[in-house]
Amino acid sequence: MAPGEYGGAMSAPALDARVVVRRDGFVLDAAISAAAGEIVALMGPSGAGKSSMLAVISGLLRASEGHVSVGGETVSSPAVQLSPQRRGVVLLGQDPHLFPHLSARDNVAFGMRVSADGGRAAARVERRARAERWLERVGLSGRGHRRPAELSGGQQQRVALARALATEPRVLLLDEPFTALDPATRGDIRAMLAARLPAAGVTTVMVTHDIVDAAALAARLIVLEHGRVTQEGPVRDVLAAPASDFVATLAGVNRVPGRIEAGVWCAGGLRLPAAGIADGDAVALIPLSAVDVVLVSDAAASGAVASWTAPVVRLEATAAGARLRTADPDIVCDVPIAAIAGGGLAEGDTVRLRVDPSDVRLVVAGYNGASSPRR
Amino acid sequence: MGRGFVPQVLLVPAVVGIAFLVVPLTALVGRVDMTTLWADITSPVAVSALGLSLGTAALATLVCLVLGVPLALLLARSGSRLAGILRAVVTVPLVLPPMVGGVALLFLLGRNGWLGQLLEGVGVRIPFTTTAVVIAQSFVALPFLVLAVEGALRATGTEYERAAAALGAGRWRILWRITLPLAGPGLLAGLVLCFARAIGEFGATALFAGNAPGVTQTMPLAIYTAFNGAGVSQGTAVALSLLLLVTSLAVLLLVRGWRPASTVAR
Repeated sequence: MAPGEYGGAMSAPALDARVVVRRDGFVLDAAISAAAGEIVALMGPSGAGKSSMLAVISGLLRASEGHVSVGGETVSSPAVQLSPQRRGVVLLGQDPHLFPHLSARDNVAFGMRVSADGGRAAARVERRARAERWLERVGLSGRGHRRPAELSGGQQQRVALARALATEPRVLLLDEPFTALDPATRGDIRAMLAARLPAAGVTTVMVTHDIVDAAALAARLIVLEHGRVTQEGPVRDVLAAPASDFVATLAGVNRVPGRIEAGVWCAGGLRLPAAGIADGDAVALIPLSAVDVVLVSDAAASGAVASWTAPVVRLEATAAGARLRTADPDIVCDVPIAAIAGGGLAEGDTVRLRVDPSDVRLVVAGYNGASSPRR
Repeated sequence: MGRGFVPQVLLVPAVVGIAFLVVPLTALVGRVDMTTLWADITSPVAVSALGLSLGTAALATLVCLVLGVPLALLLARSGSRLAGILRAVVTVPLVLPPMVGGVALLFLLGRNGWLGQLLEGVGVRIPFTTTAVVIAQSFVALPFLVLAVEGALRATGTEYERAAAALGAGRWRILWRITLPLAGPGLLAGLVLCFARAIGEFGATALFAGNAPGVTQTMPLAIYTAFNGAGVSQGTAVALSLLLLVTSLAVLLLVRGWRPASTVAR
């Protein structure tokens, strides 16, 4: 299957959508687009409107305003509402929804377009053969005769993906297809997608809660919050310059608003050198990993390192130790298990934190794009 | 699978229930006069009544299938309020004494009924014909099919249909390949109930179609006629009852044994 097999001008974006949905006080007003064969990740907090966005693109939900065009053809607009069947858009969600009464092979063959030139019998043979090839590609050769109930969750998701790709969709929509799977299976499916999606050349929009999915599969990340696109760009660029707390959390970065006065950035007890930057509001991006917790009171920190004391407001056990949230300024950091082995840390305690200013980026407020790393 | 956690004492009423259903039938079989059995069940009255019963019940089941499946789809896919109203309407023939149904049909399609008068104008008379038998049976049997199929459709939901639509399938293809096969077990149960109700139908048929041998005298009517005397011995009634019983069982087993491969799952 060649990319762009459906024709349509290659110059037009394979998917271009501006969607407005108003419902019970919630307003989704967002635009997304994807080039032919591009894989775009769509992330955002729960209730941000991601699923509504996909529902509108797939034709299951009618938008209040806006338009959706697929391969240059308008499929949704105030005047046009093409039925889901005719869009060439396939939505694959958390539940694979395999048809329980059909074998895996018949599931995959269900949506195939086969020319009936050679008669019905020939078409059936062709369907079977192509379905087998698709099952092989998703790693399920020899299991075509099984019913969905006889397959594991991961295998069902593989069949669902083969079924979706076998229709040669113009756009594939993935709505958290990994969420119901265990971590190991999730990794397997992710690797399979990383191989299959580019090979199929299918334009894909993937909603996910896991930044690993976005980083592994997508070229571009669109962040949707409160119904609006708050940030978009290449995945790594977005993560490097989080414009919101949501993205900062994804990237493992503290996003601390503060103020620069006379060459010093200041927020709560934390002061960082900011020579050469004009006075005004600025956000400090401090990676979680750059913050050290000093449990022993060695006040003699070297001059290059910023150090301050802060109360612990939340303490959560993690696999490798604990995650601290401190107040004033609001900073999250990790403590290795060795450091708290004595159990001497509790909420309400005061800890000394330190950070190397060279790990911190200061972003002048009102300027969301790439910032000049201070140095 | 497993036995779950049901109080064991419930086994007692369960056994009583089974006995309640089976014992009267054994009593019936016990009364069969073996010397005249063969003559009774091969008598012209019995043969024509059985043939008429099977034919009309099969036709009525077909009518119920053609009308009932779309009606069940309408019920299953309506909003809760409309579905509630529709379901109440569908259930009426179920709670109505069949006699009343027969009277109602007679008032509609009889010579003085408003639809009957219209039909009379074009030379069609329905009451007391074989057509009337099929109409009466369909009237009482339709709710069974509709409710069974609606239950199956509701249990399946519309998610699979959405998935099929997203894969590019048209509405008819979705109906034949997805919706109906998934409702298959419910449809089969509905057909069996529908046929059973049609073949046992008495009241509405008696009033609306009459009791003309060879035309409207189905098995239940033949049994009633034989049992009421009418110059025939009770042995005939018993033999005819046995014949109806065996035929019904045979049809049931046939339908249960025939399962399209596509409905085995679930």
